[in-house]
Amino acid sequence: MESWRRNPLVFWVINLPPSLWLLFFFLIPLGLIWIFSFGEKRGVVDIEITWTLANYLRAMDPLYLQIFAKSLWFTAITTLLCLAVGFPIAFGISFAPAKWKPWLLLAIILPFWTNLLIRTYALIAVLRTRGYVNFTLEWFWDQGNWLLALLGLGQYQLLGAQFEALPLLYNNFAVVFGLVYVHLPFTVLPLYAALERMDSSYIEASLDLGAGQFRTFFTVVVPLAKAGIISAVIITFIPALGSFLTPDLLGGTDSQMIANVIERQFKSANDWPFGAALSFILMYATFFALALRALLARGSSSMEAA
Amino acid sequence: MTESAGIGGAGGKPIISIREVSKIFGGAVTAVDDVSLDIHEGEFFALLGPSGCGKTTLLRMLAGFEIPSLGQVLLDGQSLDGVPPNKRPINMVFQSYAVFPHMSVFDNVAYGLKITGVDKAETMARVDEALELVKLGGFGGRRPDQLSGGQRQRVALARALVKRPRVLLLDEPLSALDAKLREAMQLELVRLRETVGITFVIVTHDQAEALSMANRIAVMESGKVRQVAGPAELYEYPNCRFVADFIGKMNLFEGRVTGLAGNQITVQVEGLGEVTLPAVEQAEGEVGIAVRPEKLRLDREDPGAGRIAFRGRVSEVAYYGDTSNIFITDAAGRAVSANIQNEARRTDSHVAVGDDLWCSWDPQDTLVLTG
Ligand SMILES: Nc1ncnc2c1ncn2[C@@H]1O[C@H](COP(=O)(O)OP(=O)(O)OP(=O)(O)O)[C@@H](O)[C@H]1O
Ligand SMILES: [Mg+2]
Repeated sequence: MESWRRNPLVFWVINLPPSLWLLFFFLIPLGLIWIFSFGEKRGVVDIEITWTLANYLRAMDPLYLQIFAKSLWFTAITTLLCLAVGFPIAFGISFAPAKWKPWLLLAIILPFWTNLLIRTYALIAVLRTRGYVNFTLEWFWDQGNWLLALLGLGQYQLLGAQFEALPLLYNNFAVVFGLVYVHLPFTVLPLYAALERMDSSYIEASLDLGAGQFRTFFTVVVPLAKAGIISAVIITFIPALGSFLTPDLLGGTDSQMIANVIERQFKSANDWPFGAALSFILMYATFFALALRALLARGSSSMEAA
Repeated sequence: MTESAGIGGAGGKPIISIREVSKIFGGAVTAVDDVSLDIHEGEFFALLGPSGCGKTTLLRMLAGFEIPSLGQVLLDGQSLDGVPPNKRPINMVFQSYAVFPHMSVFDNVAYGLKITGVDKAETMARVDEALELVKLGGFGGRRPDQLSGGQRQRVALARALVKRPRVLLLDEPLSALDAKLREAMQLELVRLRETVGITFVIVTHDQAEALSMANRIAVMESGKVRQVAGPAELYEYPNCRFVADFIGKMNLFEGRVTGLAGNQITVQVEGLGEVTLPAVEQAEGEVGIAVRPEKLRLDREDPGAGRIAFRGRVSEVAYYGDTSNIFITDAAGRAVSANIQNEARRTDSHVAVGDDLWCSWDPQDTLVLTG
């Protein structure tokens, strides 16, 4: 680092191209969208920048606030479920025999190699009325009836007259299920990294001092993995909040998330200024989450230094 | 110095019995190989050996973190088979200390007491007492990252001792400390053990550390225990070439037993000719002849009969202040090291490189090594 400062030419040669790339393809477009959010739609393609706040005020309409709230709610539940499912998985992998670890990690990352759209359609095949989950349940229903008939209880129809397929698709459940499925790797990987780095003698010391497995898990493992948990939450929460494909394909009419509304503004509704305003509100929410993380991290930084 | 009987007394029941214990990792690596040991109540016992000889593995089997592949460990005559670490009245000080970084010093020390349901007032009293014992009184409110390495280690000690275990295990507790602090801590650990009266089992690869602290030492080599003895016995009467070489410095010659008469044997030694030594059991065929550097005497004149002697040339003089280490090379080119006390005050060396000298020692100081 120090020597780069003494040789600014090398520093600039290396850093200029990526800096320009970032400027032209990221910062400037983002700036344009920000400016659009203060504009008014005049024609099909005309946008006049009038520095109006009308788009932001419109976003405060209860209709949209409700969708914002719902998005946050979905995302919060998704993040919590991802943590609850992902922590044991990450813990299991970090304590697996060394030769298994790469394969277990591969199994976690593997879904990333398949297109999100394909994965979502696969989920539809699993969850729909005539999907694999319901087929399995129906099979159990059949077996149960057969067993009851065998016991001479067939005529009472204890399991109902007919098999009722569970409504697993096109509702809030399906959206949260899909979001958890899609974002689980985002949660597992930072947790795994944190647990893998953790000195196992902390766990052994806790056991040695008389603590059981559960107490050790909650009083030693979880607090020591705090930094990893915070990273996992952030890295799960942010993309989940901006999801639009999952609610679009798996959700019902009332399970839209804010990204679906934004997408509609840019496409079918052709209202770029309003879409831009909604996007920026979403971004501010994300910044808020990051600021919260920085605040929480300050509390734990003294711990990591130890 | 105490001999093998140790403080626990020769007839005293062992607190820990290790019975024919082996540990095989992954069906291939034999880390501990058929070890049988007794550790007595109140002893300061050391497991000593070079890196990778299985010391840590043996200690972890006492703590319950590893399960013996063969054999068993007894505590007070009761088998520890199937007893998990958290149910053993044995506590451990880890090499990395493993002081919980997210808890204060007080909470660290109180951790083990909270689990056993000791009430608040007693916890307070016992934690304070334990911190006082390791000279950390008043440090309870600190966080571990505000402590030095040595202080963190004391926290680990207090945390284990506060549980009042039957046995305290220490895995290379001093290896992360600098030389001065290490020496101070060696003395302190001995003092501490005397104060609390708990049996200590320490793992170390530093022979000086083991000799100065322990009542009894087990010397290990590639998973096997080579010798178990008190420090002086181990130093003066090592039972094999490995122990002789590992503990302190040793001059080693190879020889062959040529005769046995009464309580004397004659050995043909390369470079020394035929020497007569006090007889030892099972001495026949190839044997090692060993002598400590400080048992050697250097003379200008022939020391005469009754001593084992050879003539050589000084090849190197290393001055250490209190002593000098002098290397003498014999006609065959073999170097022998002699440790000479610098008793009188002088700045010039009375022995110089290139001097031709007689190097000799008493047959009584000679070791005949069969193993
Ligand atoms: N979990 C394990 N799996 C496989 N092999 C192991 C395991 N633990 C230790 N070993 C092997 O067992 C042998 C003994 O290891 P151990 O840690 O007991 O040695 P040590 O005497 O404590 O050495 P050091 O002084 O370096 O700490 C080594 O060869 C080591 O590689
Ligand atoms: Mg070790």
